[in-house]
Amino acid sequence: MAKYLLKRFSVLIPTFVGVSIIAFGLIRLVPGDPVLVLLGERGADPVVYAKMQKNLGLDQPILVQYFKFVGQALQGDLGISTVSKSSVLSEFFNRFPATLELGLAGLLWAILLGVPFGIIAAVKRNSAFDYVVMGGALIGYSMPIFWWGLILIIYFSVGLGWTPVSGRIDVMFDIPPMTGFLLIDSLFSEDGFAAFWSALKHLILPAICLGTIPLAVIARMTRSSMLEVLGEDYIRTAKAKGLTRFEVVAVHALRNALIPVVTVIGLMLGTIVTGAILTETIFSWPGIGKWLVNSVTSRDYPVIQGGIMIIAAMIVMINMGVDVVYAIVDPKIRGKS
Amino acid sequence: MSKPLPPLKEFWYFFRQNRGAVIGLWVIGLFLLIAIFAPFLAPYTESQMFPDALKLPPVWSGGTADFIAGTDDVGRDLLSRLIYGARISLGIGFMVVLFSMSIGASIGLIAGYAGGFIDGAIMRGVDILMALPSILLAIVVVSILGPNLFNAIVAVSIVAIPGFVRLVRASVRSEKSKQYVIASKSYGASHFRVLVKNILPNCMAPLIVQGALGFSDGILNAAALGFLGLGAQPPTAEWGTMLADARPFIESSPWLVTLPGLCILIVVLGFNLLGDGLRDAFDPRLKK
Repeated sequence: MAKYLLKRFSVLIPTFVGVSIIAFGLIRLVPGDPVLVLLGERGADPVVYAKMQKNLGLDQPILVQYFKFVGQALQGDLGISTVSKSSVLSEFFNRFPATLELGLAGLLWAILLGVPFGIIAAVKRNSAFDYVVMGGALIGYSMPIFWWGLILIIYFSVGLGWTPVSGRIDVMFDIPPMTGFLLIDSLFSEDGFAAFWSALKHLILPAICLGTIPLAVIARMTRSSMLEVLGEDYIRTAKAKGLTRFEVVAVHALRNALIPVVTVIGLMLGTIVTGAILTETIFSWPGIGKWLVNSVTSRDYPVIQGGIMIIAAMIVMINMGVDVVYAIVDPKIRGKS
Repeated sequence: MSKPLPPLKEFWYFFRQNRGAVIGLWVIGLFLLIAIFAPFLAPYTESQMFPDALKLPPVWSGGTADFIAGTDDVGRDLLSRLIYGARISLGIGFMVVLFSMSIGASIGLIAGYAGGFIDGAIMRGVDILMALPSILLAIVVVSILGPNLFNAIVAVSIVAIPGFVRLVRASVRSEKSKQYVIASKSYGASHFRVLVKNILPNCMAPLIVQGALGFSDGILNAAALGFLGLGAQPPTAEWGTMLADARPFIESSPWLVTLPGLCILIVVLGFNLLGDGLRDAFDPRLKK
């Protein structure tokens, strides 16, 4: 086990080095002089130029620059945003709870709907329900979610007036930040339930939008994995023992069928981040996705660099976490590599 | 036992049994025809403006037959733009698959065949690219190169390369120790000949499946970049860019949002159906 963990961890280092090179190379690969690109035509003033060059760390030999970049990144210093003039790391952590809240809500709805749908579709194979769920999953899987979000807004916000169009909460509520999750913080604020209700209404459409692709993937995965398990001998034994169909499915089959589903959920982080970038843009959700898109438009390179480093680090760590949990659960994986 | 079918016929037999795949093929064929014959099908050009007909609704919700799908905020015929948009989106898909498949498959062939250090180095590179979510990686590339349609295609292609590398590498590794490869080598075939003439044809099945799915990913990602303002720029009639343009009029003219997105969904769905069908038809384990 220790050997497996060591091996798994040692693969991390080259990955981190590579990501840091991509992030570091980013600004230096921009055609032309990045300082001039940032300052524009008017910014040829040598004092301003030198200051900007120093701020971006472009005034030293390239290797020195790289090691300085990595050294500072390891200490949590990812530079200063050229737009807001504040630290990239603190900006990231200001926005991260909003994205996390959205991502968790999207995933929750995908699991709560996807797993039961997949199970029922498998148990009632080739029924009308099965066809509808699988057809719906295929459409969901192909969904351009940047369009889906707008359609949700057209019907539920504009047409029916049920939910607000954008933001996290009505501007009239002033929620003191505690956890950063507005659903929790709002309950502790002086407006209590009214604020919570407002936050919830703002969250519903973006969460549905973000959760659509994961929902489709989870439903398909649950169905196929359930079908496989239902064909096993031990299920026949359970049926032969005289257990009811519900007991066979819920007690015996479900536990084994869910293993691949859990893996898929664990590895869905990339989909969630990609979805968050699009969903946050549609719903003006103040999270890291919108922050990154804005930083590209305004050419705020320190923010792009820092954002990439943090997101890549999180994804690599979580993927490794999934692998390690699997190695603990399943001895076959440990032996294989 | 009847005589076995020739490979192509056998493939077609299994493919035809998959209703979804056949529908997918029809959808793609239809859009391909629309793209090819766009100048004949479209009532107007994609940039012709009618200042007297701003934001006219489609004919089924009170518009006129002159503009079947309505007009946009500067009076361009939406149907014509959607038809020309099929050219752009299918073109994007084709370019992305061409770039990413040729580069990815070549790298995968080398990695799988060479093994050892070269393989390790290539696969670490692939791991790094895969550590970044697709849209984020595309955003990185676009932020370096600047936002336009061609750079979006480059970005989306780079994002798609790792998938092809992994796929081809895995097939090569399982093929290269087989007897026909050893036989070919013992006859004195060069590495290049072994790779291209012997191994590559046996990796084609998964490559074709991934190619079909690569079309849908490519179209979807490029449209997403267009929507974020990081891909094709207005006034290009790219479906994602058209969606972004229509956002301010979502309340007054919802058809400007609904129709381009529907086109993206239908084309992407078509390629996904085709890809799934191809996979089932190629995979002998699923043939029962």
